[in-house]
Amino acid sequence: MSEDIVLSIYRGDKSGGEEVRYTVPLTPGMVVLDAVHYVQAHEAQDLAVRWNCKAAHCGSCGAEINGRPKLLCKTRLDDYQGQVVHIQPMQTFPIIKDLVSDVSWNYETAKKIPAFQLSQSAPLQMQQFDVDRVQEFHHCIECFLCQDTCHVLRDHDAKDQYFGPRFMVKIAEFEMHPRETGDRVPLLAKQAGLDMCNVTKCCTEVCPQHIRITDNAIIPLKERVADQYWDPLRALFRRKKTTTPTAPDSAPTIRG
Amino acid sequence: MAQSMKAPTQQPKQAAKGMPYWVEPLFTIVALGGFVVYAIWETLWHNTGTYHNYVSPFFSPDVAGWFGFHVLTALYVVWVPFLFRFSCYYYRKEYFRGFFFHPAGCAVAEPGSRKLKAYKGERRFPFNLNNLHRYAWYLAVIVLIFLWKDTVQGFIFKNGFGVGLGSILLLINAVLLTAYTFSCHAFRNMIGGRKDCFSCVNGKPSTGYKWWKRVSGWNQFHGNWAWASLFSVWAVDLYIRLLSLGILHDPRIF
Repeated sequence: MSEDIVLSIYRGDKSGGEEVRYTVPLTPGMVVLDAVHYVQAHEAQDLAVRWNCKAAHCGSCGAEINGRPKLLCKTRLDDYQGQVVHIQPMQTFPIIKDLVSDVSWNYETAKKIPAFQLSQSAPLQMQQFDVDRVQEFHHCIECFLCQDTCHVLRDHDAKDQYFGPRFMVKIAEFEMHPRETGDRVPLLAKQAGLDMCNVTKCCTEVCPQHIRITDNAIIPLKERVADQYWDPLRALFRRKKTTTPTAPDSAPTIRG
Repeated sequence: MAQSMKAPTQQPKQAAKGMPYWVEPLFTIVALGGFVVYAIWETLWHNTGTYHNYVSPFFSPDVAGWFGFHVLTALYVVWVPFLFRFSCYYYRKEYFRGFFFHPAGCAVAEPGSRKLKAYKGERRFPFNLNNLHRYAWYLAVIVLIFLWKDTVQGFIFKNGFGVGLGSILLLINAVLLTAYTFSCHAFRNMIGGRKDCFSCVNGKPSTGYKWWKRVSGWNQFHGNWAWASLFSVWAVDLYIRLLSLGILHDPRIF
């Protein structure tokens, strides 16, 4: 006879809502998304949840499980045996319905980042050790859990002042690319609001892809801003990298 | 069977695994706060930190002695490690979580009063000065050189070379401070991190790349070095203070 586990799932929309409890039979290897699907199939056919691959690759099923931003498909239920599992939508973004939140602000923000600028025409020849650093950033699945946990966006709702950790990773990916010529440091220092980040590393802690967002993207970018804007000695010997690229008026630079 | 219940607040429950979120900020308040209180006591209430061939890291180098000052001698030195640690990327995380609750833990709602205040991150003074962390690093390296001199001196007794418990503590302290200093994020940037292409000179990994790679490895443990070196400074100073007060006796191993 299988053991049961109790899920307390947020049900509601922008006009309000509450958590509703469901009891689900626990099976070996079950993840939270399986349990949510069980609830959908047996008890609440109108329960809204965004998901796609169920393999921690699409980044669709981000939510908050017992107050912690996580992917529903990557969180095993046996980690919560003996507890009630509270499942809520991401708190940083407006709710659409139940576990689905409106993350479109991220796609609008992506449009503000200047597109990749090549120093030479493709195909590019690069040494592997030159691109190792940016390939870490390519692991991002855009689940926006880092945006959800970032207190600048979450607690202070400073979306007009800071792009958030996901886009610091995006900018780092371009900025540190060996064949990319754009200079996004002025963007970081001003519009992107890098100095709103106080490096508390929550984005790194919740990243399901284990990208070291703070250590490998945000802090190196902060150092580059310091190189260009704060260091008086470097100001004496400064050499411009290239011209500052401009953001495209349309078409996001990342998938939307 | 579905059963309605009251909507929860945004305060998170305990994670399935690991410690409650408040353990880390509480540790920071106790450990870092305790160290700061101790450092203030040591700096303002003592004018010397020497016991025979042992010199406390609070009093080295003897900047006050160079200028002939005899009061508050530690004050001329401790501002350097203070600036280095205050602007350190690792300690920023710790003090913003522990002392400012910005935030106390990941996805933990900030206290209401702070939430209402305009948050400016590192835009406003004095936190914007953290951008000059590299200059604190330059100064910290100078102090570190003197600490290594003191470490060597810690092995030289009146009757020649020897090893006391204090010598070993000084050595451990110098090693941990070296690891902390050279795993610094700013050093990682200046040693090669600011380069985008490591092979553009001759197609081979540059020296900067090799150093950057090595420092990146050390950097992963920067937080560990930060705490370990803080406790070693504390331990060495306290040990020398207790020796000079006659409370402890320094055992000679060799």
